[in-house]
Amino acid sequence: MLVHHHDWSLQRKGYLDQERHKERVREAIRKNLSSIVANESIILSDGKKTIRIPIRSLEEYKFRYDYRKKKHVGQGAGDSRVGDVIGREGEGLGPGRGPGAGDQPGVEYYEAEVEIDEIAKLIFEDLELPYLEEKSKHAVHSRQLRFGEVRKTGILPHLDKRRTLLENMRRMAKETGRAQIGPLRKEDLRFKSWEEEIRYETNAVVIAMMDVSGSMGEFKKYIARSFYFWMVRFLRTKYDTVRVVFITHHTEAKEVTEEQFFTQGESGGTVVSSAYRLALEIIRQRFNPKDWNIYPFHFSDGDNYYSDNDEAVRLADELIAMCNLFGYGEIGEEGYTNYRRSSGALLSIFNERLKNKDRFVGVRIDRKEDVYPALKAFFGRRGETV
Amino acid sequence: MSDAEIKALEKAIEEIWDKARELGLDPFPIHFEIVPATVIYEIGSYALPGRYSHWSFGKAYHKMKLMYDLGLSKLYEVVINANPAYAFLLEGTSLIHNKMIIAHVIAHVDFFKNNIYFSKTNRRMVDETVTHAERIREYEFKYGRKTVEAFLDAILSIQEHIHPDLFIREERAEEAGKPKPSPPKPGKYDDLFALDEPKRETPLKTEEEEAPRRFPPEPEKDLVRFIMTHSPVLEPWQRDIMAMIHEEMEYFVPQLQTKIMNEGWASYWHTRILRELDLTDEEFVEFAMLHAHVVSPRKGSLNPYYVGFKIFEDIERRWDNPTPEEIEKFGRQPGNGREKIFEVRQLENDISFIRNYLTQQLVEELDLYIFELRDEEEWVITDKTWERIRDQMVADMTNFGFPVIEVLDGDYNGNRELYLRHRYEGIELDIEYAKKTLEYVYKLWGRDVHLETVVDGETLVLHYDGEDHWED
Repeated sequence: MLVHHHDWSLQRKGYLDQERHKERVREAIRKNLSSIVANESIILSDGKKTIRIPIRSLEEYKFRYDYRKKKHVGQGAGDSRVGDVIGREGEGLGPGRGPGAGDQPGVEYYEAEVEIDEIAKLIFEDLELPYLEEKSKHAVHSRQLRFGEVRKTGILPHLDKRRTLLENMRRMAKETGRAQIGPLRKEDLRFKSWEEEIRYETNAVVIAMMDVSGSMGEFKKYIARSFYFWMVRFLRTKYDTVRVVFITHHTEAKEVTEEQFFTQGESGGTVVSSAYRLALEIIRQRFNPKDWNIYPFHFSDGDNYYSDNDEAVRLADELIAMCNLFGYGEIGEEGYTNYRRSSGALLSIFNERLKNKDRFVGVRIDRKEDVYPALKAFFGRRGETV
Repeated sequence: MSDAEIKALEKAIEEIWDKARELGLDPFPIHFEIVPATVIYEIGSYALPGRYSHWSFGKAYHKMKLMYDLGLSKLYEVVINANPAYAFLLEGTSLIHNKMIIAHVIAHVDFFKNNIYFSKTNRRMVDETVTHAERIREYEFKYGRKTVEAFLDAILSIQEHIHPDLFIREERAEEAGKPKPSPPKPGKYDDLFALDEPKRETPLKTEEEEAPRRFPPEPEKDLVRFIMTHSPVLEPWQRDIMAMIHEEMEYFVPQLQTKIMNEGWASYWHTRILRELDLTDEEFVEFAMLHAHVVSPRKGSLNPYYVGFKIFEDIERRWDNPTPEEIEKFGRQPGNGREKIFEVRQLENDISFIRNYLTQQLVEELDLYIFELRDEEEWVITDKTWERIRDQMVADMTNFGFPVIEVLDGDYNGNRELYLRHRYEGIELDIEYAKKTLEYVYKLWGRDVHLETVVDGETLVLHYDGEDHWED
């Protein structure tokens, strides 16, 4: 009997359908972005490249028995007794429970391993910096070099062999009447030459402000943190010439590093105007509005000192006058989704009293799932606000 | 693989083949092929070579290959029920290991050829599948990949719900053709016959009187066929795909019905055949380790190789050395073990195999038990009574592990809505899954769908109208 041994190297059906499956995973992620954006394992991923996230829409649904409500037959090692505990719920025991079984009754998740960059790409697909204006241009040297030119002189490592041979044949054809390769002469040599590409870009600066007063609890900080996590990531991937300035404030404001911004814990009251005043000062000193697109963003719980509100509105108006877009996010109490203060909170004050509201975006964030809509409201394409 | 290695393998196949025939196995000719891991996992995850494309196969393939890459599990062979049969062997397997696999494969093919549940399977299914794949590819080209994929998603959700009793259907078809025999004269023992199906007979009759145009006339278990034939919304290409899926599932049903037997049979024979080969001591040790691995128990589930293997060995022993009681009671003669297991492999499926041949002694020896979830948190062993374990295994294998769903009414509310009923036999449905599946059924049927089931002892009907779910 013969044993066959064919060449299967062109067989890639499994691979192709695996790609189809991946595509489905991507679609599912896109549908679940709002819960994924605020997923702790991403925000706190500490540089990990991939994370496991639950995706619901990838189950292969069928009519099936409720695994948890039925009896099963199992097999021991010879010493099993009635009453022995053989496993805990959620450990993925027995048949019909694929890996990644969820722990909620009746709900199973398909857990997919996804690269954070992949998620970032999907989130950023719809985002851009709004009101990007033609300011005085600023040349930036792109990091890319291109071999775009051919020259007759150059160093030997840059020799363009194909062109050199072509030149040689062309010359031989002229001289002998036959297109053939002959002895090389100096005039045949052709060299590749590189050039540096110079692009012109507009500049943008983001002024990230965060309230770190005592009333900003863990949840509120987490929300602000996850928003800025994506914002910073977004800005750094989409444009190279975006600068970010970090400001934290309670009753006083100060400029901090990115790391301090995200890790700092402070306490005290809230004087919002202090942050705006510092922002204005930084703009005046370092970012002339003629040259820079300016995007101040501020997160707070809205619990401003009452006496400071007038000043805060005045400075916010001043900021708006010199920037492209002013974003303000007010973070509510976790779990009090329906509770909204009608007055007293900064968001409603801004909405009532700001002079130039065109370039103001104010959102309220009560749940983790609101972070993605907030990102879209701030950075979404204008005209399709969420 | 070098030529010398291939030669050695061919020689081994020759030897094992002759030994198998000598011992009474009767397989189809087999086409052996050595393939790399990617290919064997591909065939394994599609269950047939050349099958149509769908992301769920890609998902299975990815998962299997990942397990292989991580060294967690290996697939050494895939055997295809066909004439000639196909056997795909994993590249890079040692010769002694391959000897065991070849013996295993030959026994599988013997089972495919001789077990009665396989007698109606299409032995040219591989060609058929390739044709199906080509047709589905054409539809993808014509109607768009996404459209076809969405349709496949829907149909695959109910693909197991076909009529698996091939013999019954044939009888039915014959009956339909023949004139109906006149009812037998009333006799003294009629009430005994009625005991079999008391519930069904009576209500059906009264309903028939009230609503004479019942559709379907009897509850229909073959959802795929029923929807394919009667759905008000399907396009011809969609009905065509359903027919293909139906045909492929018909081909797979006998395999689903004989998992334990088929693996047990193959494991039984690879030990018998290898014992008869001239193995060196080293080879024998390697073989013994491999065999021990194949039949090792698994936590929280049954290893079909092990259970099937033990039952076959036990049958052989009991028919070789019957007890005085068995000799007296059943007239069983000693020394008929071999003959008996051949008969079993021909006539039984997993359900009858377990019901007839799983003994108390075996249940104890295999250390089988029943376990359930206690207080929503712990899985606990609750029963070791051997009859209840046997019956639970039979229940789990009924309808190859899927709940029985029947079409009760294809014209519900006089509006061509679809009314399905779960034939409740003490095990509740996963309601979340049932709802999602109803959404797929709605896609196929195009009108409101309803599913009747039982939850906590009470009848519950799930409804879906294309937008909302509700229940009562």
